[in-house]
Amino acid sequence: MADDKVRYEVVVPSEILLSEEADMVVIPGGEGDFGVLPGHAPLLSTLRPGVLEVYDGNAVTRRLFVAGGLAEVTPDGCTVLAEEAIPVEEIDREEARQRAEEARQAYEAAQEEGRPTAEKVLRAAEAYLVAAENVRGKA
Amino acid sequence: MPNLKDLRIRIASVRSTQKITSAMKMMAATKLRQAQSAAEAGRPFADRLERVLAGLAASLPTLDGAPKLLAGSGRDDAHLMVVVTADRGLCGGFNSSVVREARRQIAAHRAAGKKVMLVCVGRKGRDQLRRQYGELIIDTLENITRQGADYADAQALGSRLSDMFDAGEFDTASVIYNRFKSAISQVVTVRQIVPFAPPPPEEGGEETKAEDNGPKAMYIMEPSEEEILADLLPRNLSVQIFRALLESYASEQGARMTAMDNATRNAGEMIDRLNLTYNRTRQANITRELIEIISGAEAL
Repeated sequence: MADDKVRYEVVVPSEILLSEEADMVVIPGGEGDFGVLPGHAPLLSTLRPGVLEVYDGNAVTRRLFVAGGLAEVTPDGCTVLAEEAIPVEEIDREEARQRAEEARQAYEAAQEEGRPTAEKVLRAAEAYLVAAENVRGKA
Repeated sequence: MPNLKDLRIRIASVRSTQKITSAMKMMAATKLRQAQSAAEAGRPFADRLERVLAGLAASLPTLDGAPKLLAGSGRDDAHLMVVVTADRGLCGGFNSSVVREARRQIAAHRAAGKKVMLVCVGRKGRDQLRRQYGELIIDTLENITRQGADYADAQALGSRLSDMFDAGEFDTASVIYNRFKSAISQVVTVRQIVPFAPPPPEEGGEETKAEDNGPKAMYIMEPSEEEILADLLPRNLSVQIFRALLESYASEQGARMTAMDNATRNAGEMIDRLNLTYNRTRQANITRELIEIISGAEAL
């Protein structure tokens, strides 16, 4: 059984959040989402703020919002190092909306040199909001 | 001969001090347990990130075109030091040993003709460095080494440092903090964070994986190595600072527990000594009074 499962770990700065096995993990990479199946070629990728999906069989068993970090894939499994990771169902929609709002204001107020950073923050906040809205939509 | 009333007062005062130190010791022990698990839980992220970065850095053919956080700014004129201490005292040599190392480093960098800047994390370090190096301190952050240190705090400092670096305000940077080894042992650690340096071999918990640094070149990179590095290196600053905060907090609790344990024991010894003096004095007084009465009676 172990051969057709992929080991995955989600690590945030304060702890190892998840360390489990699944059939497939879909990771929001910097250049687009990619799925990791057992025996994937070694890969290093940056993360884009977005939703990481864990598949068991044909069903999504976990959905996590991740932002900022990298994914390291080896044939044995994958490790996602994310500055931020939260199960989508735990996101508070109101808080997400507020965060997006604040980020937008900060972005508009940002001076020339602060722009790139503020834009990144805004992107993450918007992805966070999208993640929050989607889970409600599906529930 | 000290008088009895003074002795009684002193014994009472040492007793109440002992009560405080023993309560502090127990509080530190409780906090230590949580802080220690937080510090240990935080190690995997920092270690893995460093391992990946070290692998990537090693696989780059040349440093030309590499991000400046890795290759350095090309100059070596200004050094920034993040000195991580506690906000509170009463923890033995915890703060002083960090400050002593910081002084040594400042002197060394100055002797090399560099400009030194200090960012103090924790009030106690600031207080000790202010007198001698007040003009070097560019900022002090208080209340961010605490139970459940927040990654957002480290991130704020990290991105500030990376902005300052981009603006050319400093060329190299290091963090000085107490690394948590065990409850009774904290190791003052200096880590270079700018430009990125691979971790020295004796550090970190995941040494077994050190040998797979080599085949990193076989990875598919998405996007290119340079872009990954450019994305990760600023994050690494925050992560290393976060690690320092966690380790420092755990060390602080360990140091306080040891210090307060010693203080409690010392207070106990002092109480014993004072009690002995007290009883001797009391006995001497009784004997003297008896002699006075007897010799008074005999004189009649």
